[in-house]
Amino acid sequence: MRFQLIGVNHNTAPVEVRERLAIPESRLPEACKKLAEHPGIEEGMILSTCNRVEILANTKNGVGADLRGFLQNYFHLDGVEINQHLYEYNEQEAVRHLFRVAASLDSMVVGEPQILGQVKEAYATARAVGAVRAQLDQLVTRAFAVAKRVRTETAVGSSSVSIASVAVDLAKKIFGNLHGKHVYLVGAGKMSELAARHLMAHGCASIFVANRTYDRAVSLAYKFKGQAIHFEDLHNTCDRADIVITSTGAPHAIFRPEHGELFLTRRKNRPMFFIDIAVPRDVDPAMNKLDGIFVYDIDDLQQAVASHVADRRKEAERAEAIVTTEVERFQARIQTLDVVPTIVSLQDHLETIRQAEIDRVRGRLGPMTPDQEMAVEALTRGIVNKIMHTPISTLKSAARDPEATTVIDLVRRLFNLQEKRAAKSGSSGDAD
Amino acid sequence: MSIFWLRVALSLYGVGLLYALIALTRTSDLLNRIALHAAYLGMVFHLVSLTEGVFLSDHVSLAMAHNSESLLAFLIMTVFMITYLLYSTTSPGIIVFPLVFLLTFMAATRQQPFLLMSPGMRTSWLVAHIGLIFTGYAALVLSFCASLLYLIQQRSLKSKRASSILTRLPALEEIDQIGYRSLLLGFPFMTLGLIAGSVVAESTYGRIDLQDPKILLSLLMWAVYLVMVYTRWIAGWRGRKAAVLASVAFAAAIVAWAANYFSTIHRFAAS
Repeated sequence: MRFQLIGVNHNTAPVEVRERLAIPESRLPEACKKLAEHPGIEEGMILSTCNRVEILANTKNGVGADLRGFLQNYFHLDGVEINQHLYEYNEQEAVRHLFRVAASLDSMVVGEPQILGQVKEAYATARAVGAVRAQLDQLVTRAFAVAKRVRTETAVGSSSVSIASVAVDLAKKIFGNLHGKHVYLVGAGKMSELAARHLMAHGCASIFVANRTYDRAVSLAYKFKGQAIHFEDLHNTCDRADIVITSTGAPHAIFRPEHGELFLTRRKNRPMFFIDIAVPRDVDPAMNKLDGIFVYDIDDLQQAVASHVADRRKEAERAEAIVTTEVERFQARIQTLDVVPTIVSLQDHLETIRQAEIDRVRGRLGPMTPDQEMAVEALTRGIVNKIMHTPISTLKSAARDPEATTVIDLVRRLFNLQEKRAAKSGSSGDAD
Repeated sequence: MSIFWLRVALSLYGVGLLYALIALTRTSDLLNRIALHAAYLGMVFHLVSLTEGVFLSDHVSLAMAHNSESLLAFLIMTVFMITYLLYSTTSPGIIVFPLVFLLTFMAATRQQPFLLMSPGMRTSWLVAHIGLIFTGYAALVLSFCASLLYLIQQRSLKSKRASSILTRLPALEEIDQIGYRSLLLGFPFMTLGLIAGSVVAESTYGRIDLQDPKILLSLLMWAVYLVMVYTRWIAGWRGRKAAVLASVAFAAAIVAWAANYFSTIHRFAAS
């Protein structure tokens, strides 16, 4: 057993449990250090976000470590029952889980881009305190590559899955660049304000606010650094806006085709985009028939969101397939790497024996001529190489098998390499 | 040799044509890139072919007249490439590639009417006439493409179902800008080209025959062009109305072009 992962996420644990286990950024380096010092752990990394807390470890000598024990100790969880919320993965499954997390396939909103950044930060923190050095480093950097592959080869993160971002996408489809465009906010509401905020964040120049109660318009305009307008002036000023977001409680449509025609004439037919979030609707659907006016009501936006979510789900299946092949590839590589220290120590072992034997013979025969030296050297080396040939090729081919560890153990026991292994893998790890 | 290079260019444009046909059903980045590189390369061979044509004939005017389809195709490609550089969109290619392919094909197989020149003709005016009017044509083709793309994009936005083919189209206002700019660019060229043409005709025949279909159609095309610029300038016409006008202008341009085959004016030697 080598890689081990334990954790909770938004699916397995309620927020009460997740916040109990969350580690603030400031204390993360120290927590990583503690993890790496925990018995049985060679390397460790901690990922703590609002949706998940996960502990990834590379364990010593292939013996499993007590990660639950680490959690108990670190959070002083005596008497708190968290086992039912924890998931635990080993080896291949741990690798797969990490790849899925980094590729945002395990996220609440599948495909959301933040998680990769969070994994990168966790990695950087653990690396900075020396908790990630050798094998874990390879694993995590591989996870980044997998995430990148998933992002470029599938469309899992490419579509917008919120009403506000769909509205921004549509505005961009109409106006291209949103810089210098004007937004008109008619009525107030959480969703319309969110949409306005998104639009402003994407470069819209200014905002007008109209509300039945003028004071409300003023305070809202203040919030957006916009301009408040009396509701009676709405139709006279509306042509100044490129994007109109409406969400009033009016029982009838406040924008009708005749208004639309007026706006278009005044705007010299430059297009206008109406985002109608109100129910009952504020914009007469007949407006959408006018050349240059685009009306999207709440259903249209929600449908776009739903279809994007469905698209993502489809893409996520392709992404899972990529993850599966990557896990296999990584596993194969890690096993090949695994036999290398054994081969090296086997060679070292036989070389020491050879040297010792030559020295012994030299002592008995006295000084030899250079020719004799060479002959002895060639003879012994030939014997050693011939003997080593089969074990080494067996090891190399075993690297690709699942039972590689058995073969490695057997070779180690036959040649009595047991003690050297830890030292070797440790030093080669540092060299990495 | 000139015709050989032209045929090389033709086969490269064929790749672009393939792209245009496939782009109607789906989009692919790779295909996009292949088509663009083929088009670049095609333009290089095309230019070689045109330059060689100039060297082979005695007069530039003669070369231009004899390779008119080829020259027009090259100018359209140039305008298309400029658009690509400015807006990084290949969407007009859906129309541009088939058109350029057709024109180049006609040139490469010598299916064009053979224009003869009378000795007394003012050749420098003729060069100006052909060069200007062809640039005007090329710009007109692009603005026609843009108005069609505008309609497609507008329809997709209004239908509220984002189809995958159309997600690659540039934003509505960008398409509009492409169309408007090429319209504004093309109009002076077209106007000056027609003036130069009438100077040539006048010097050759001493008068301008308004009964000639070629001249009539050219005037009609110019009038529609003028209306387009005017309505766009004053009322900001775009979308459906603008597309209708652009189609009329385009149709007039094609018929005016086809009039080469039956107009007496352009068979100068007939006089």
